[in-house]
Amino acid sequence: MQNAIHQPQSILVLGGASDIGRAIVRALDSPTLRRVILACRNPDDVETTGLSDHAEVVAVAFDATEHAAHESFVQSMAATYGDLDIVVQAFGRLGADDGDDPEAAARLAEVNYVGAVSSGLAVARQLRAQGHGTLVVLSSVAGVRTRPSNFVYGSTKAAQDAFATGLGHWLHGSGAHVLTVRPGYVRSSMSAGVPEAPFAVDPADVAAATVKGLRRGSDVVWVPGILRWVFGILRFVPGPIWRRLDR
Amino acid sequence: MKSEQRELSGWGNTSPSVASIVDVSASELGRPGSLAELGPLRRGAIVRGLGRSYGDPAQNAGGTVLRLTGDDASMVLDSDAGTLTVDAGVSLDTILRDIVPRGWFVPVTPGTRFVTVGGCIASDVHGKGHHADRSFGSHVVAMTMLLADGTIRRITPDADGDLWWATIGGMGLTGIIVDATFRLIPIETGHFLVDTERVPNLDTLLERMEDGDRQYRYSVAWIDLVATGSSLGRSVLSLGNHATLGELQSYEPKAALDPLAFDPPVLPGVPVGMPNVLNRAAVRAFNEFWYRKTRREHHGIESITAFFHPLDMVGHWNRLYGRAGFLQYQFVVPFEAVDTLRAIVGKISAEGHASFLAVLKRLGAESGGLLSFPKPGWTLTLDLPAGVDGLGRLLRELDELVIAAGGRHYLAKDAFCPPEVIRAGYPRLDEWKAIRQRVDPDGLWVSDQARRLELI
Repeated sequence: MQNAIHQPQSILVLGGASDIGRAIVRALDSPTLRRVILACRNPDDVETTGLSDHAEVVAVAFDATEHAAHESFVQSMAATYGDLDIVVQAFGRLGADDGDDPEAAARLAEVNYVGAVSSGLAVARQLRAQGHGTLVVLSSVAGVRTRPSNFVYGSTKAAQDAFATGLGHWLHGSGAHVLTVRPGYVRSSMSAGVPEAPFAVDPADVAAATVKGLRRGSDVVWVPGILRWVFGILRFVPGPIWRRLDR
Repeated sequence: MKSEQRELSGWGNTSPSVASIVDVSASELGRPGSLAELGPLRRGAIVRGLGRSYGDPAQNAGGTVLRLTGDDASMVLDSDAGTLTVDAGVSLDTILRDIVPRGWFVPVTPGTRFVTVGGCIASDVHGKGHHADRSFGSHVVAMTMLLADGTIRRITPDADGDLWWATIGGMGLTGIIVDATFRLIPIETGHFLVDTERVPNLDTLLERMEDGDRQYRYSVAWIDLVATGSSLGRSVLSLGNHATLGELQSYEPKAALDPLAFDPPVLPGVPVGMPNVLNRAAVRAFNEFWYRKTRREHHGIESITAFFHPLDMVGHWNRLYGRAGFLQYQFVVPFEAVDTLRAIVGKISAEGHASFLAVLKRLGAESGGLLSFPKPGWTLTLDLPAGVDGLGRLLRELDELVIAAGGRHYLAKDAFCPPEVIRAGYPRLDEWKAIRQRVDPDGLWVSDQARRLELI
C-alpha cells in the first residue's frame, strides 16, 4: 500500500537494467519502501545495490518478448512479494533504425510494443484485483511525431503510448492507474552514441517528474515539461519543414 | 446483500483504493449464519462506519468493505444503571440528540459527532476530557461481536479479557462490533462553563495546562504553529466543566428555561472539486484572526457544539484541502519529554508547513487496549496539506523524535508512518497479533492500513 504522500511499499521494474527505471526506484526510496523487484533478461548481471537504503532489492528473470509468460510472471510476483504498488514498464530498445531491415524492425516492435501490451495487460489484471496500484509506462516524445531518422522506433513508442493512455482510461474506477511518461532525449546507456537533442535530460530528471506525476495523480507527464508545448507545435509543422528539422 | 465496486478513502482524502462495498445493518450481522451470507470474501473484509478516520483503516483494496448502518430504534437507555446499549453503527450525533434532552451525555466525544459507536471503540477515541475520563473504551461494559468463525458472542472485559483488550483500539481487525453497552454521564444542562484565554507562548501554555487539568474536566489548546520567535507556540486555551443548572441560570437565564435542549444546526457543506484553499497565507491569516478574536480572558457558557464539535458546523470541511487531500499527524510523548514537544513545535514553525488547527492536549491513563493510542503525556495534532514538497522528510524527522522520546502515533489518524515506527510505539503489538491470530487464524479481517503497517 502507498501512504498518504504516495510513497510505495513495493516496486516492480520490468526492464530492471534500465537507467530510467532504476532512477525512478531511487527517487521513490523512503523508509516506507520494503521490496524492489528488478525484472530483466539477465538477473545475474544486474546491480541490486545502491538503489534503496531501506528495501530488499531482488533481481528476477523476465523477457519482454515471452508474451505468453507475462500473465503468470506477474501473478507469481504478487504471490511471492505481495501487492504491487508501483510497476514501471521500463524495458525497450532503441535499435539501429534501418528502414532496410524489416526483420530488425519487427523485433523492435516485438519488444517495445507487443511486449508492452502483453505485460501491461498482465499488470492491469493484478492491479485491478488488488484494487490499487499504478503502472508507470516509459513512453517517449519520439512517438508523438515520428522522425525520418528513427521512425521505426518512434512508431513503436507511438503504439505503446496509445496503448498506455487507453489502458489508463479503461482502468478508470478500478483503483488501478496508469501514468504515461514522455521524456525527450535522455542521457542514458540506451542513448549512448546517439547525438544529443535539444531539451536533453538525465534519468534522474525523468524520475523526479515521474514522482511528481504520481503524487498529483497525473495521466501523462512530459520531461522536461516544456516539451508538451514544443510538441504541441511540432505536431503540426508542415512535412517539408519537419523533414529538414530532422537533419 | 447488494454490493458495489467503489473507491474509498479516509477523511483526509489520501490513498484511495477500490473495494466491493456492502451495506449491512447490525441486526443483519447479528443473525446466525450472517457471515456465510456475505459469500466468499476474497482479500478479506473490514467494517466501516462514517469514514471519519483520516487515513486508510476503513478501506480494503480489492476486498470487501462492510458499511455498517445503525438503527436509531436500537437505542436502549437504562437510566438506573446509567448505561446505553446501541447498535455499533449508530452515530454519536444520533445518540446525543436522543440522550441530552433526557439528562445524559456520552462519556467521551472526539472532535466530531459524526462517528459511530463501533468506530469509537475500534479506535478507542479520546476527547478533551481524557486527563479526567480516559478514552471511550474505558466506559464500555459489554459488546456483541461477530467473529471470523461466524459465531456471534456477547463479551465483557472480565469474561473475555484477551479479545476485549485486543478489540478496544484494535481498528476492527479482531471482528465486527455489532452492538455495545457503555456508561453515560448524568448532566443537568447541555452547556459548559468555559474559561478561554490567550496564551502568549508555549512555555506559559504548558504551565497553564498543567494547572488547568486539576480544576477542569475538559481542556484543550489550539496552537498557532505559523507564529515564530517570541510568539512561538502562542495559543488559545479552552478549559471547561459541565454547567450546572444553577450556573446556567446565573449566566444565561434564557438558555436555562430549556437547559437540556440539543438540536445543533448543520450548515451547507463544502462542495466537491474545491481546490486547496488552506495554503500558507490563508492559514496564517486564519491563525492571526483566531488568536485575535479571543479576548485575553473569557468566562462564560458554551454549547455542546461550540465546545466539542465546532467543525461539525461545516459539512465536508476536509474538501478545503483540494484534490491532494491532507493528513492529520497526531502523536503523544510522555510528560517528561517536554523538550521533544518544544523541539517539534519549533521545527514545524521553522519549516513553514502551514498547519491549520494544531491542537495540544494532556492525556491521562491508558485504557488497557493493546493498540490504544492514549497514554500519559502531551498529544499534539497537526493537519497538513498532503501535496506540499518536503512533507515526507519533515514527518520522518518528527517520527524519529517521537519514537526516541518514547511516544507513539494514533492509528485512527495515521496515513504515513512506516511499520517500524508503529511497532516501536506499541510495545504490546506482538501480544495483540497473537490474540488476533487466535480469533482470526485465516486473516479474514483486513484493511489497507493493516497491510501498510504490517499489523497482520
